[in-house]
Parts: sequence; C-alpha cells; structure tokens
Amino acid sequence: MKLKKLLLLTLTLAFAVSLAACGNKDNTSGTTTTDKNADSAETTTLSGSILASGSTALQPLVEQVGKKFMDKNSGVSVQVQGGGSGTGLTQVSGGQVQIGNSDVFASEKMKDAAAAKELIDHQVAVVAIAAVVNPEVGVTNLTKQQLVDIFTGKITNWKDVQGKDQAIVIVNRPSSSGTRATFEKFALGTKTEDLKGSIQEDSSGTVKKLVTETPGAIGYLALSYLDDKVKAVQYEGVDATVDNVISGKYPVWAYEHMYTKGEPDATTKAFLDYFMTDEVQNGDVVELGYIPANKMQVKRDETGNVTK
Amino acid sequence: MKPKAADKLATGIIVFFALLIVAVLLGMLGFILFRGLSHISWDFLTSEPQTIREGGGIGPQLFNSLYLLILTMIITIPLGLGAGIYMAEYAKPNKLTDAIRLIVEVLSSFPSIVVGLFGLLVVVQQFDFGFSLFSGAIVLTIFNMPLMVRVTEQAFRSVPKEQKEAGLAMGLSKWKIITSILFPVALPIIVTGTILAAGRVFGEAAALLFTAGMTTPHINFSDWNPLHHNSPLNPFRPAETLAVHIWKVNSEGLAPDAAQIAAGASAVLVILVLIFNLLARWLGRALYRKFTSIK
Amino acid sequence: MKSNQDTPLLLRKHRTEEWIGRGYTTICVLFLIVIIISIVYFVATKGISTFAINNVSLSDFLFGSTWSPDDNKFGALPFIYGSFLTSLLAAVIASPLSVCAALFMTEIVPSWGKKLLQPVIELLAGIPSVVYGFIGLSILVPFMRDTFPGQGIGVAAGAIVLSIMILPTITSIATDALGALPRNLKEASYGLGATRWQTIYGVIIPTVLPSILTGVVLGMARAFGEALAVQMVIGNAPHIPTSLFESASTLTSVITLNMSNTVMGSVQNNALWSMAMILMLMTFVFVFVVRLLERRHKL
Repeated sequence: MKLKKLLLLTLTLAFAVSLAACGNKDNTSGTTTTDKNADSAETTTLSGSILASGSTALQPLVEQVGKKFMDKNSGVSVQVQGGGSGTGLTQVSGGQVQIGNSDVFASEKMKDAAAAKELIDHQVAVVAIAAVVNPEVGVTNLTKQQLVDIFTGKITNWKDVQGKDQAIVIVNRPSSSGTRATFEKFALGTKTEDLKGSIQEDSSGTVKKLVTETPGAIGYLALSYLDDKVKAVQYEGVDATVDNVISGKYPVWAYEHMYTKGEPDATTKAFLDYFMTDEVQNGDVVELGYIPANKMQVKRDETGNVTK
Repeated sequence: MKPKAADKLATGIIVFFALLIVAVLLGMLGFILFRGLSHISWDFLTSEPQTIREGGGIGPQLFNSLYLLILTMIITIPLGLGAGIYMAEYAKPNKLTDAIRLIVEVLSSFPSIVVGLFGLLVVVQQFDFGFSLFSGAIVLTIFNMPLMVRVTEQAFRSVPKEQKEAGLAMGLSKWKIITSILFPVALPIIVTGTILAAGRVFGEAAALLFTAGMTTPHINFSDWNPLHHNSPLNPFRPAETLAVHIWKVNSEGLAPDAAQIAAGASAVLVILVLIFNLLARWLGRALYRKFTSIK
Repeated sequence: MKSNQDTPLLLRKHRTEEWIGRGYTTICVLFLIVIIISIVYFVATKGISTFAINNVSLSDFLFGSTWSPDDNKFGALPFIYGSFLTSLLAAVIASPLSVCAALFMTEIVPSWGKKLLQPVIELLAGIPSVVYGFIGLSILVPFMRDTFPGQGIGVAAGAIVLSIMILPTITSIATDALGALPRNLKEASYGLGATRWQTIYGVIIPTVLPSILTGVVLGMARAFGEALAVQMVIGNAPHIPTSLFESASTLTSVITLNMSNTVMGSVQNNALWSMAMILMLMTFVFVFVVRLLERRHKL
C-alpha cells in the first residue's frame, strides 16, 4: 500500500510541476507581459522579459550586460540562450525570441531575402581576428597573398614564407562558421576550398590548443583568445591590435549583431540602448575582449565597403 | 606448434588483453582524477563559473545536472513502468506486441544526436519551449524510456509464477496483483536498472547541446519558487549540465584556468558515475534482502 | 444498469481497477509509439526536403565527394565513408579485446576474473563521451602525433577512442553468451583430451559466434552514432582520407559542427538533416541485422 501511495505522490508531483511550468511559460514568452512577480514598479517603468538566443561568441557579453540591466530594472528579465548564429537568426525571424545574436550579417546567412529584410540590425561590438601560428615556425608577418597561398594549398612549407623548413598544418573552421567567413572575406579576399588533410574545428579553444601543440600549425582566432602560447602574425605589416582595428588600419574584423524583428518593443529597445552607453561599451565590452562599436573610426556595410 | 604450447600462448594472449583493458581504465581514471582532484574544492563545487577570470566553479552546472536528472525521472519512471508492465502482463504474443518490442529496440539504438535534433526541431522550435530544462528532460526521457521498459518487463517476468497464482486464488484483480504482489518483488531489479539508466543522464551531452542549451542564466539560489525566472527550480530556463560544461570549457573557454576546470569537472562527473554504480548495486541488494526477509 | 446491480460489489471494484490498469499501461505504450512515429516523420520530412524542395540530386548527395556549400555542392560521401570507416575500425580493434575479456572472465579464471573485469567494464560503459573526447585530445592525440606521421588528429585517433567506448557493449554480450553455454559441451571436449585453447577455438567460439557478432553489430551501431568524442579527435576535413593518420569527417561530426551555424530551412541546414536521416536509417539496418543474427542463433 505504501508503494502505491508513493507512486501516487510522484504522479501528483509531476502533474503539479508541469502545471506550474505552464503557468510560468505564459510569463516568459510574451513580449512585454507585465511581470507579476516584480514588486518594484515604483523604481522603474520598464517591465517584461527579453529572450535572446544565438551566437556563442557574443553570448557571454549579452549575459553579463543582461545581468546588469536586470539589476537596474528589477521588473525586467533578460534570458540569454546559445545555439549558434544560425539558430539565433532562425528564432528571431520566427518570433520565438526578441533578439537574435549573430556573428554575421543576416543577409549572408539567410536564403530568404524577404525574411532577412524584416530584421533590424543593432551592431553592439566588433570582433577582430588574427592569423595565429605555432611559435616555432619563425614567421612574424604574412602578406595577403601569402595567406591566400597558404590557405589554398599553394604554399605548403614555412620556408617559402621566410620561416623554418617545416610543413604547414592548416587548422581551419567549418564552412558555416562566421569566424571563417570574416577571415576569408577581409584577410584573404576570397572563398577557399577545404583542403585535404586540413583540420577543422568550430571552437576557438580547440583551435588554440591545436595551434599551440601541433608543429607547423596555422589558424585564426579572435583577439580575446590571444596570449603568449600562440604567435599572432602581422597582416601586411600591421599588428593585430585593438588600436589598429579602431583606426581602420587592420582590416580583419566584423561586427557582432543583435537582430530584432521589426522595431523592438520599449523594453528591448531600452536594453539595446543600454548596450550602446559608454558604461557598457567601455566597461563590459572591453573587459570581455571585444572592441567597442561606438569607438570605431571606420564603418562597414553589408557588402564590405569601408567608410570613414 | 604442440597443442600444449599453443594453449599456453593463447592463454597468455587472453590474459594480456584482459589486463590491458584493466590498465586502460586505470590509466584513464588515474589521468582524470590526478589532473582533476587537485582542483576540486568546496568552493569549486558551489561557486559560479567565470567567463574570463580565474577561479570559476561549477555550482550551477552541478545543480542543473541533478535537477535535470530528477525532472527526467519524474517523466520517465511512470511512463516506463507503465509500458514495461503492459509488455510483461497485458501484451498478448501477437504481431502488435512484436512491433512494440521492435520499437523499443529501435528507440534504444537511436544515436543521441538524432534524438537531440528531433528535440531541437519539435520541442525547442515547434512547441516553443526554447532551450530549457524541460526540453532536455523530454529528450532524455526518449533515451531512458526504452531502458526502463526493458528493465521493468524483465523484472516482472522474473517473479515466480506461484506468487501470481496465489494472488489469483485470493480473488484479486489483475491490476491489484500487479501493484501489490508483483511490483514489490520486482522492485529491487527495477531500482537497480533505473539508477543505472539514470547514470546516462549525467553523461549525455550531444543531445543536450541542442535542447537544454549551453547557458546558465544567473540563478538566485535563495528563491525556490519554480514560477520565478531566476529560481533554480524553474524548468523553463536554459540550463547547462556538467557534461555540456566540460564540452564548452574545453572548446570555448576563455578563462586562464579552463583546462583545470575541464579536468576538475570531468573528475566530478566520473566520481558521480562511480557513486551511481555503487548506489545501484547497494540499493538493489538492500531492497532484495528486505523483501525476501519479510516473506 | 440491471446487470450492474446484479454484479457483486467486489467484482465491480475489480472491473474499475482492471480498467485503470489496462488504460494506464496502454497509454504509456501509445506514448512510445507516438514518439517513434514523430521522430521518423520529422527527421524524414526535413531530410527529404533537401531533395524535394532544394532539388539537390540524391545521387550527388550520396556519391558526390565535394562538400562545398558555398558552391552549392552537397556531396556527403566523405562523411558517409568516414562514419563507416571509423566504426568498422573501432569494431576491428574492440572485438578481439572484448572476446578475450569475456573468455578471461568465463573460461580462464572464472573464480575471480569476473570480480576484476565486471566493474571495469561497467565503469568504461559509464564514463561520459565528453570525458572520452577530453582524454583523447589530451593524451591520445599528442601520443599519435609523436609516434605516427601526420598531426595526431585523424581517423586512427577517432577509431581508437570509439573502440574503447564500444568495448563494454561487445564484452557484456559475449560474456552473457559464454556464461549461458551448456556445461556438457565443454566437458565433452575436455573429455576427448582437448586443451583449453582447442576447446575455446573448436567448440566454444563457433557456438557463441552469432551472439558475439550481435555484440559487434550493436557496438558498431553505437560507434556510428557517437558524436562529440569523435568530433574532438578526428579533424573534420570534408574529404575522403587516403591515410589513417589524416583528418576526416563523420556524419555526426559534420552535423555537430555546422547545425548551430546554419539557418533552418537553408539548403546546407537541410543537407545536415539528410545526414541525420541517414543515421536514422542506419539504425534500422543495424537493428535488422541484429534480429537476423538472433534468429540464426535460435535455430
């Protein structure tokens, strides 16, 4: 009899939890539903919940800023989910989230041009990418042509670019990667085929580990991942530094985008505005290794045209 | 070669390979524990992870793993028990039963990534549950249910026929016999099987990447109302489990001590699996002793 | 209504109980059926749309060796090849080891062999796949890099990691089969003066071969579907490898690498779903083969 009771209890519990869960669901999915749990309506006029998903590269930043935003506006809840740029764009376009985080312009990823047009771009930060090599290869500078030759397999030994006599091992990213798209577009200026025997990793940590350990390896990493374990090479004689990116001397960079479908609602807009304040741009953005978007002395549009 | 010499040689090879397997396991366990144990401390187990600073912990991830396990079991156990009882007691030996058995077999052999993608498409996107503990629990239920069904069916079949007949003789209904006579006898086997199946929940990562997500929002551990956004108990928040965290730290970690965190988290994970294995056996044995001593 | 009044109270209570029991268990089984139907339906519709909506030709997909989504080339042969190659190699490495382990437990030292190996095998089965990948990347890859040509990462590293992961599957099935062997079979062989090895080789192995094969197929099925551990050590180049120490891809590794980066509904995303469909269809094949083997075993 005891057992039966136990079983019944479990079932009831399960039912209760699922009920509770359903009730909660209504709160989170609405765009600006007033949060019943917030009791601090006097301190702020903003309320509701923001759901953001997408790029894992942008995620830590959005999370940190979201946390601060919630501290300031206790009636607001900001939830950040990962899933990758593709997922973020899919979900914001489908209306499942308010903000879709992406490493690339929506028009580059989405085949459906009309759906891409509906999305409004908010460029919140800049990420610069540097070519990195194993410190042993003895190369400090690579020209655009040399990089192209390496990544298309024309040059296969470091001695051809004034390095040691050592075979080149390419650590690339998968063809769908936003980092790869940026690197190909602005460092190489051309799309490359995947070479036979090249290594492909999607995650920066693994790329860094492999470049550090594998003799003769070359890859590319966001500036925030650089340290003395890997050697960042100059691009056309220009160091990959934050200052050079801001002044427009170093060209291999891309925006981090936060997309909304149409004009954002008041709460979401306040959040995105908060993102662009100096407090965030000079604080969290820099702290987490991104480059502030509002500091950039150059601008770039979807087709890659740079303007001062 | 003489038969005797061949016999000795073959025995030698078999013993060598068997010991090699033991050595491989000990080597791996040694590696994980050696690299990881030094990093484990109370602080590591309870504090929040850090994105770029040193000294991040695995507190929320550990909690998420355990909570996801509980959620999964709340869904899996009643369903798995029910289906298992059907297979053992109600199903007639016909084509339909064979088909169900085939379904259980296929379901248990599906690659976790396929089930994870199904979860992404249907639970996360279609039904709009988002990346959440709930989506993760549904997907894990799909893995665990076939195991539960099998374990339950075997457990009920292992009950001696006489006990059932005694129940029938007492004029009890079939359902009554199942719940009050067969179930207690079958329980030790079911418990052992359930706990072993639960161990899989801890280790699963591929399917959860697509369903429970790779983020843990800020959790307020003083707010235990499941309706609140920040509550640890809210089943509709995204949740990164320990296994997913190892994957993420290993591949994306920006913190300077990412490697140690991955090693420490791996050690915690392996220790949990060890505990589960031991617990399953001990509990199974204890229940068995209890029920057999009563009779 | 009249008959209801005639029925004794006890019997009526029985009927309700029966009704509850049968209804509840049936619903549980229905849930299983609904789940499998919806998995097959959703994965298949997504998978087929590559060919039906995006007009990628099926033969190009299955036999094309160029994977270059930017040029609209969706040849998945390198991934299919990679999956078969790694899981076959893993089975080739793991099977002899597993059979030896099973023989060790049942034939060589039945007294304490099981006590030693059984927990080892269970633990191996319990170690999560991300931990296998972590160990593979930390120990195996540097070792392979120093010992063999190539960059350490590659098909061989993937196959070795997989072989350790499927070892428990094959071992436990082989052990069960050996344990279930009728004793008089062995005794007859020993009675004829055969050595232990002759008995194992001539009598035991042929008898339990179908069961061992079942284990091997189940192990391969697991290797075929394993994602994260393989992806961490195989290198993921979308090409058919010419050497075991060269970087290659499997169906699972290309899905995990690209799924989150692509937008649902795009051709590349659909092509990934087609690969998931292949994984699903292969599961059916593996289950079918296991059934065939079991049937032979019964005869």
